[in-house]
Amino acid sequence: MITLDKARKVFSQGKPNEFVALHETSLVIEADRLTVIRGPSGSGKTTLLSLIGCMARPTSGRIHVLGREITSLPERFLTEIRRKTFGFIFQQFNLIPGLTALENVILPAYPTGERRSSLERRAAGLFELFNLASKARSRVEWLSGGEAQRVTIARALINDPAVVIADEPTAHLDSKLSREFMDTMGRLRNEGRTVLIASHDPLVYEHPAVERVFHIRDGRIDGDGR
Amino acid sequence: MMRRTRSFGLFMLGLLVLFVLMAAHAALSVRGAGPVLREEARLVRRFELTDLCLSTEANYTRHLSLADFHTAFQDHPLALEHFPSGALLGPPPHLRRSHGQLD
Amino acid sequence: MASWIDRQKNVLDFTLSSLLRRKGKNLALLAVYTLLVFLMASVMLATSAIRKEASTVLREAPEMVVQRTVAGRQDPIPLAYLEKIRDIAGVVSSDGRLWGYYYDPVVGANYTLLVPREDGPDPGTVTIGPGVARARMASTGDTLEFKGASGALIELVVGDILSTDSELVASDLVLLSAADYGAIFGPADGLATDLVVRVANPRELQTIALKIAERFPDTRIILRDEMLRTYDAVFSWRGGILAILLFGVVLAFVIVSWDKASGLSQEERREIGILKAVGWETSDVILMKFWEGAVVSLSAYFIGVLLAYIHVFFFSARLFAPVLKGWAVLYPQFRLIPFIDASQLTALFFLTVVPYAVATIIPSWRASVTDPDAVMKGIR
Repeated sequence: MITLDKARKVFSQGKPNEFVALHETSLVIEADRLTVIRGPSGSGKTTLLSLIGCMARPTSGRIHVLGREITSLPERFLTEIRRKTFGFIFQQFNLIPGLTALENVILPAYPTGERRSSLERRAAGLFELFNLASKARSRVEWLSGGEAQRVTIARALINDPAVVIADEPTAHLDSKLSREFMDTMGRLRNEGRTVLIASHDPLVYEHPAVERVFHIRDGRIDGDGR
Repeated sequence: MMRRTRSFGLFMLGLLVLFVLMAAHAALSVRGAGPVLREEARLVRRFELTDLCLSTEANYTRHLSLADFHTAFQDHPLALEHFPSGALLGPPPHLRRSHGQLD
Repeated sequence: MASWIDRQKNVLDFTLSSLLRRKGKNLALLAVYTLLVFLMASVMLATSAIRKEASTVLREAPEMVVQRTVAGRQDPIPLAYLEKIRDIAGVVSSDGRLWGYYYDPVVGANYTLLVPREDGPDPGTVTIGPGVARARMASTGDTLEFKGASGALIELVVGDILSTDSELVASDLVLLSAADYGAIFGPADGLATDLVVRVANPRELQTIALKIAERFPDTRIILRDEMLRTYDAVFSWRGGILAILLFGVVLAFVIVSWDKASGLSQEERREIGILKAVGWETSDVILMKFWEGAVVSLSAYFIGVLLAYIHVFFFSARLFAPVLKGWAVLYPQFRLIPFIDASQLTALFFLTVVPYAVATIIPSWRASVTDPDAVMKGIR
């Protein structure tokens, strides 16, 4: 469902600080599976996720998402695919301070022109799901780490994406919350979504819900677990 | 819960209302200024006045239309402008044109 | 259509939250911007009001004024010229005007002394303008002293004070009899300050003026048209010194906009990155930035113009008073009539609101077309 065909990413190409984040990589992310990309920091996990999630273009090579080649798509279409297909959970949460949890969750859908009330209804459903109903109108700065994490998950789900991508999601969570997070990811996979997580946390890649693990080191996919 | 947008909307609406009030006030004031304008015109006609009294600092700022090239020179051609109002109120246009017909 | 509105409302809501997050900075920006609009609008409103009032009131000014210049200075004109002038075809009447400037050392004010052609004050009395009354704190019945040409002190009683309605034309006037005028400035001796000429057909004014200039080469002629155009030109903000004043304000304004346009803060860039990452297109980000500029500039425009209106028409443009007043002691307390020129206010709108909204978009362009993976890295 997501295919990389000799995709390569080089930063600052031609300049003295040229850096190859990802060497020619070919891999297939299967649909409806929970896949983990495992590797130490600086191994190129984040770059790989960016390419898959239509956040960056490869320097060379091709990427197919849901059977459609996205490498040469104009920015407009890329953004549309990104919004409709993917839901992102960032390492640093990246919630917008000063906005409430509710507003952060519906933020991705703002420009679609959907009525505010309808957006709020959808968000309410997600808040119920993640036990955040009481925090909906709280400012995100006042949420605990775990609550903020759940808000980012809810935000990732607001547009009902087929693919959920998480980058080091447990970096700021304790063991209990990390396990809860992985349980949630398992539930999402059971709903028929594709889940892709980059992490070097054993609590993530050793979780029973994980079906496939790729190892990455120095910008290269190195073997293949399970 | 679009508090912000609604508040901003009300704020802009308030300003617009004030703007409209301002325009109305102007229109009413102009209408009501009839007597003042008539009185001023009457005095202009009666005393054969040529200028508005905007500044009493120098003769060429008091009587703008009667000013001549020499007036700003005062007693000396190199006498620099030393009246603030002179900086603001420039020479009349008929002065700056070459006096073709009337010279 | 409905979804377009909802899209604007949603984006606007986010924009407002964004502005409120940096409340201090944005309030300061709004204040500066409002101040600039206030200054520009004040100048526009004041000048258009004066222009309009001048054009209305000075329509009653003399059709033609004939001055005499000697050695480059204005000199009294011989009344003997009147005969020859009256002979010119088309001239209905011609008379001499007696008026001059008097410096009052008691209060340091300049008055314009004038002898009315008809129904002037009796000898020994004067009618004064409201500005004179204020400067000398005089009321009817008080005595004013003038220094005569011979050095003697001449006492004149205030018989009447012109109404405050006349401030704009007669604030500094002192009306007196010809006899008293002669006592103060020295005997007239067949001379007048200048001459006024009335013609039968206004279209012949130029021709008649030419004839007079021919016959009396030492004269200079000013037509009513030119008097009216004087005020049009002097108070036009498109030319003259006021334009330079405005230029300064516009320059300050450009600097503020430029500062806004020259870059985004780290935080702003991060925010754009997040928006892109969660699915906002470049056009959505641009829209947000446009609203950011529009919110500030629209508010500043309306507040600035409203304050300018109050400043000019309720407080007689007090901020400009020091320049107009200069070193003068006597300053007319005029209440300007609000002749608003809608085209000027519209021009001001396009001069201020549009550039600022655009200036806000420019730096965001770069950031919004950048791939959002920078957000993932959490670096930039």
